[in-house]
Amino acid sequence: MIEEVGTTTEGDLIINIGPQHPSTHGVLHLVITLNGETIKNVEPHLGYIHRSIEKMCESLTYRQFIYVTSRMDYLSAHINNHGCALCVEKGLQIEVPPRAQVIRVLMDELTRLASHQLWWGAMGMDVGALTPFFHAFREREMINEIMEETCGARLTMNYMVPGGVMFDLHPNFQHRVKKFIEFFKSKIDEYHELLTGNMIFVNRMKGVGFLSKEDAISYGCTGPTARGSGVICDIRKLYPYEVYSQISFEEVIETGGDCLSRYLVRMEEMRQSLSIIEQLIDNIPEGDFQAKTKAVLKLPKGEFYSRVETARGEFGVYIISEGGTTPYRIKFRSPGFSNLSALNHMAKRSKIGDLIAIMGTLDLVIPDIDR
Amino acid sequence: MTKEELKIKIEDILPAATFDETGEWLNILIEAKAWYGFAKQIRSSRELEFDYLFCLTCIDWKTHLTMVYHFTSTYRRHTIVIKSKLDRNNPEIESVAAIWRTAEFHEREVYELFGVKFLNHPDMRKLLLTDDWSGGFPLRKDFEDPINMIRL
Repeated sequence: MIEEVGTTTEGDLIINIGPQHPSTHGVLHLVITLNGETIKNVEPHLGYIHRSIEKMCESLTYRQFIYVTSRMDYLSAHINNHGCALCVEKGLQIEVPPRAQVIRVLMDELTRLASHQLWWGAMGMDVGALTPFFHAFREREMINEIMEETCGARLTMNYMVPGGVMFDLHPNFQHRVKKFIEFFKSKIDEYHELLTGNMIFVNRMKGVGFLSKEDAISYGCTGPTARGSGVICDIRKLYPYEVYSQISFEEVIETGGDCLSRYLVRMEEMRQSLSIIEQLIDNIPEGDFQAKTKAVLKLPKGEFYSRVETARGEFGVYIISEGGTTPYRIKFRSPGFSNLSALNHMAKRSKIGDLIAIMGTLDLVIPDIDR
Repeated sequence: MTKEELKIKIEDILPAATFDETGEWLNILIEAKAWYGFAKQIRSSRELEFDYLFCLTCIDWKTHLTMVYHFTSTYRRHTIVIKSKLDRNNPEIESVAAIWRTAEFHEREVYELFGVKFLNHPDMRKLLLTDDWSGGFPLRKDFEDPINMIRL
């Protein structure tokens, strides 16, 4: 606990960023020790939005607990639900119908796109470019509308359930998604023109917040954060779930390890997500959208672990079952928590202004970190 | 390496370890005292090379606590689960934050939510709860919160 704010005995300055600060994108509290404008230490203080979701889940049934998980990484709500549904299906050995599998992957990739769009807008804003924010939100709105039509919600969808998805697709879905693909394809180039090519932007990103490959693995970083450092860690490729093994897409790897590399990984991932959606949108198989399951789900005694790739990295669900209708213990391995632990290492010895850029490229979602 | 090969290799390193092969991955049960030495070996062994600690948690079994560590090797792509029983009244285990740096945050989380003390941890303080928290360990089974509803 930092009792005094000001200079320490060594002449360092201690300042606080957050819990309410525009650059932390949520209620994150950072205590920063500065020497002049050079960062000596960054210490995250968490828990401002800790709701103890793991404890709550212990008293919720296997159908109910999925709804709570949308509230963790709210920008990857679908993918969180997906991970939980997969874990329950693994325990009960439910075979998900092909139609539901394709719908799930489509929704996952749309979510990833929406999440990366929001990140791109906020990233620009973090380093002083305001225009990207408006562009990103305009395009993101289209995805939100598609989600709204099929899932009935725009943020916390709760659309994936054990055995498949909750409802069938809306009749407009295919048409709207195709229109979106056409529209958004040229937009990625526009994004690059608008921000990536900007000298000021590149100067703020290049060589800033270096994270080596070994450190990325040691800190448990996953997702674009680790792939920017050259770590092969895409769960969709390494441990394919649903129909990911049948789709052709590339795992985007950059080896720079700096902010610009992490930025470029996400930009290219948007293109890959678009290509996945394009491959699937005309090939949605007919059939059931949900497998027949019992009204009350009871997982057999044992332990089940499932992992999915969210927009931020590897999301793990670890269920310990005693054979009842509720989990005995559940652990969510959230990508943001591990990614944040590398922040101090990345920000040390850089300037205070760079910290905001580094945090931006980590793409932190605080409810995902606190759970 | 397959489950069988992993088992043989690990028996070489730590003969006292017991195994449980029912799950998806090989489960290894070890004594808390042997943990740090064993951890160093599975990290540095060229055949095992477990460099990625992707899940670290604890389970309260009412009679005892169990620490659970999930490891993957990013070179060899094999996975193991390591478990260690701890005394519920005085849970203590060596910290592995020096070997896998991700453990630092995860261990701080387990420390405040379960009350497990990690020996030689670089920064053993609360992470999520407030500094003046004195209400016990929230993720233990006997924890009840009179104000906030956590049970339905």
